[in-house]
Amino acid sequence: MKYLDEFRNPEVAARLLEEIRRVITRPWAIMEVCGGQTHSIIRNGIDQLLPPEIELIHGPGCPVCVTPLEIIDKALAIAARPEVTFCSFGDMLRVPGSNSDLFQVKSSGGDVRIVYSPLDAVRLAQQRPDREVVFFGIGFETTAPANAMAVVQAERLGLTNFSMLVSHVLVPPAISAIMESPRNRVQAFLAAGHVCSVMGTWQYGPLVERYGVPIVVTGFEPLDILEGIRRAVTQLEAGRAELENAYPRAVRPEGNQPAQAVLEQVFEVTDRTWRGIGMIPQSGWRLRERYRRFDAEARFEVGHINTAESPLCRSGEVLQGLLKPNQCPAFGKQCTPRTPLGATMVSSEGACAAYYQYGRFIPAGDVEVAR
Amino acid sequence: MCLGIPGRVIAISDVDGVRMGKVDFDGIVKDVCLSYLPDIQVGDYTIVHVGFAITQLDEQSAKETLALFHELGMLEEELRQDDEEATA
Ligand code: SF4
Repeated sequence: MKYLDEFRNPEVAARLLEEIRRVITRPWAIMEVCGGQTHSIIRNGIDQLLPPEIELIHGPGCPVCVTPLEIIDKALAIAARPEVTFCSFGDMLRVPGSNSDLFQVKSSGGDVRIVYSPLDAVRLAQQRPDREVVFFGIGFETTAPANAMAVVQAERLGLTNFSMLVSHVLVPPAISAIMESPRNRVQAFLAAGHVCSVMGTWQYGPLVERYGVPIVVTGFEPLDILEGIRRAVTQLEAGRAELENAYPRAVRPEGNQPAQAVLEQVFEVTDRTWRGIGMIPQSGWRLRERYRRFDAEARFEVGHINTAESPLCRSGEVLQGLLKPNQCPAFGKQCTPRTPLGATMVSSEGACAAYYQYGRFIPAGDVEVAR
Repeated sequence: MCLGIPGRVIAISDVDGVRMGKVDFDGIVKDVCLSYLPDIQVGDYTIVHVGFAITQLDEQSAKETLALFHELGMLEEELRQDDEEATA
């Protein structure tokens, strides 16, 4: 077994795998929602250790990948303005817009900076009252509390030169959209542990009920993921659909309530377009009226933008679990992390990047699966 | 941007009205906002995401997780990446 020896706790991993093999009687398709989980799965070869009946479908849970092209193009237009200091998480810099990316804006003289926390952008606005500081506020429910606090803090400090380009996305509506798609194959979900650390698990019960689908809240380490899969398979085989928390050390049912309170104060739910997927109703957050003056889209009139995706890129299908990255004809050829055609090859949480980084060049069907 | 390594709170302070802390990730210390964990104390473990502590962990699970990340080489990778991102 190529991979199992590399587990820190190979005996526990072996036991979990054995249990999965013992209960499984037929094929099942399980989606890991979060890109962090996708990377852990590919890096640790979990997909190749599992019995062949289990297909892991990689979900859309990479905020960098699903930020719509139109917003990226707006970011590029705002970042290119001479009065603007544009702050972003590092992952966003190489994400291709229609004609350019933030790195190119930076190298042609734009003031583009990478920050570790949105509060760094607020501090910059405080230090540089002569500059318009814009923060690129993307992410799922895990990142949103940080971005919400940055807005609260900018207000508290009376800053008039701070704003945020907001493009937040939410997990539960994405699960609904996947389940309602006529092409859906997903039979169980591993829900993203850290999203649930913030939001709790109460939003998932109704989804389990509505779609009759097991949802197991799962962490990111190899053993967490194996345990999540074991519980999902056990439910599927027993014909049960329940919400289970396999990550109790970091997730409580009620979540982080102070964070939820600030989110509620700053954001309201809105329809949101997901790159490669399309519009998902009520799947995003935008600033509430009270904080609209911090909205970079309103502050900088960037006009109408015509977007253009690479005609070769199939990331929409990758994000919906319809295509494995190494089944994309451009994978590893025209498209590599150095010359990415799509966001899923750029982001450290993107499925294409995971496949490339860990050498999955052979289309999945041709792999001799380790047993 | 999302892996979430546990760290230990080693100092707490007030910066411009925000509860901030220093969090030690196995030797690498970072400034972290603690506003969302109002009860967390020095010595407690937390998972940090984009500079914000989002959830508290008990010591044993935190240590197990850290050891695992360490072994897999993921700790260095993640923190280095953060550093490069922060300074690039
Ligand atoms: S390999 Fe590249 S071109 Fe193909 S889907 Fe992934 S990002 Fe798009």
